[in-house]
Amino acid sequence: MRSILTLSLVFSTIRLATPLVWAAIGGLYSERSGVINIALEGLMLAGAFTAAATTYYTHSPWAGLGSAMLAAAFFAFLLAIVCIRFKANEVVAGTGINILFLGLPAVLSGALFLSSGSTPQLPKDELLPEVAQLSVVSLLALLLVFVTQYVLYRTPFGLRLRSVGENPEAADAAGIRVNRLRYTGVVLSGVLAGIGGAYLSIGQSSLFTRNMTAGRGFIALAALIFGKWRPIQTMLACLLFGFADALTIQMQGVAKLPSGEDVPVQFIQMIPYVVTIVVLAGFIGHSRAPGALGVPYDKES
Amino acid sequence: MTRLRELLFPLIAVLCAFAVGALVVLFIGDSPIETYRLLLGSAFSWPDGIGYTLFFATPLIFTGLAVAVALRGGLLNIGAEGQLYIAAFATAWVGITLSNLPSALLIPLCCLAGIAAGAAWAAIPGILKARFGSHEVINTIMLNFIAVALVGYLTQYHYRTAGDPIMESAPISAAAHIPRLGQFVPGLPARIPLNAAFLLALLSCWLVYVLLWKTKWGYEIRATGQNPSAAEYGGVSIRKEIVLTMAISGALAGMVGINEVMGYRYRYYDGFSDNYGFTGIAVALLGRNHPVGVIAAALLFAVLQRGGVPVDAFTQLVSKDIVLILQALVILFVAAEAMFRRGGRGPGAGGRI
Repeated sequence: MRSILTLSLVFSTIRLATPLVWAAIGGLYSERSGVINIALEGLMLAGAFTAAATTYYTHSPWAGLGSAMLAAAFFAFLLAIVCIRFKANEVVAGTGINILFLGLPAVLSGALFLSSGSTPQLPKDELLPEVAQLSVVSLLALLLVFVTQYVLYRTPFGLRLRSVGENPEAADAAGIRVNRLRYTGVVLSGVLAGIGGAYLSIGQSSLFTRNMTAGRGFIALAALIFGKWRPIQTMLACLLFGFADALTIQMQGVAKLPSGEDVPVQFIQMIPYVVTIVVLAGFIGHSRAPGALGVPYDKES
Repeated sequence: MTRLRELLFPLIAVLCAFAVGALVVLFIGDSPIETYRLLLGSAFSWPDGIGYTLFFATPLIFTGLAVAVALRGGLLNIGAEGQLYIAAFATAWVGITLSNLPSALLIPLCCLAGIAAGAAWAAIPGILKARFGSHEVINTIMLNFIAVALVGYLTQYHYRTAGDPIMESAPISAAAHIPRLGQFVPGLPARIPLNAAFLLALLSCWLVYVLLWKTKWGYEIRATGQNPSAAEYGGVSIRKEIVLTMAISGALAGMVGINEVMGYRYRYYDGFSDNYGFTGIAVALLGRNHPVGVIAAALLFAVLQRGGVPVDAFTQLVSKDIVLILQALVILFVAAEAMFRRGGRGPGAGGRI
């Protein structure tokens, strides 16, 4: 075990937690406003594909990052229209967005790059820059968490956002425009999940591959629940899940059980999901969702 | 009038999805007409087109029914994907382990194992909701990942033939094979994997119809789905209904394994599901949670799936993933049904967490 617990494991944990933090904090803005966001996975894929494709054409990772934010924000806005304006079931609509981004990047990359589902490899100097072995996006993620903590609990916007998610009737009576805040929350979730996705394709790796998020959007959702919909706890949950992921990678083929067999990675991969179920059931401190989560607001009812 | 509307909304949703899909095809610079001709046209040839379309429809009927039953009971089961993996593995496990039994015993046992495993896996989120109030959506998503990891582990470490580079189990006993329909239908070659599970799927549709609309159980499930507090006031135990509905839903999803393991590959093949569980959501919504609608919607998606192959081969730029885009658009348009109503008022969401 000595060889496993090293500084590289710490770095690896931070790298793997980075996309989770962006997506989970994104989900936090949406869910705190009362809209369930199952679509984080799809929005991350939207960001990842757009970032890689734009960077390929413009040779600028910043243009890639910006376009990823815009693209994911656009689709989050669509999701918001379907859920808020047309009062669709938020889980169903989110599932639709997720399936859309299994297909859309594949079709687009097939047409643009004549490949089935991936974008061309980018040279290393066109990727997002690193500072002290960590991507700037990782460092910004930390900043994001503390900014979110401040915004949520110390600004009028944060107070309104939370009130809309907890008790929209009361918020409405106090003159707050419920649905406008919900649109803002969902679109913000798109912007942030888009950054998380961009980090995957033009930070951690150098191209987009089919379904490259591989469930990270759902792990982010799990972290959000495990973190009880609070910014700092959510970040800690992301770090824990990132650590489990880093451990899986480092143990592959190295660590052995006392019996001499490989440690089955599948059991480590299960950790985030099992933890979420246990936490939701209230075995380790109760995780309470925003009061009006998933309930569309109708002024007249 | 309501009956007409039941038919009209899904039709409009599909047309809208196809229209947006055509825009995507235009955007990437190919011909929508050619694409749709290939997508929809290749499914009706005999025997390959029809045989494969019905084969592709089989798992979608099961998962569509699974999601539909749950929705009728007020629950959103997005865990059919995990349930069908666990069930398929259980089916294969019995087919491998009890390989000495004769067909007359082994076939029902394999079927039952899959149905029971699917039901049990789906009952977990049911129990969690009934006992702790935790929302089935999150728990079914989490259980999907756990299921995939679990069967992956079992395949990799315990049930793979030594030296096999593919993640698949050893073959099941020949006594557990169910017949391909080619054995009975003249002109249908046995190489087409359409098998007896398709008939089981149709039978399940009828059984679900009888259960939901002709029995007390079904009445209670629907009552719980429509108005839980009224149902409870009427003497229905909501907690019992939640677990029961989830178990029935999981049992239906679990039958996908019968088609896959006993009728097609004759072994457990890791990662076999082509998003069946999630497509089941689209099938149920488009089919208005009714067994007949489920069959129609499953056929539509099977046609598209079959048509994806020639689209890949014969268009210059469009890939078969256009099918996923159409599926997603159908889900979004069906979900946003209120868009097509005057005044834009929806039925309201039922997705509290």
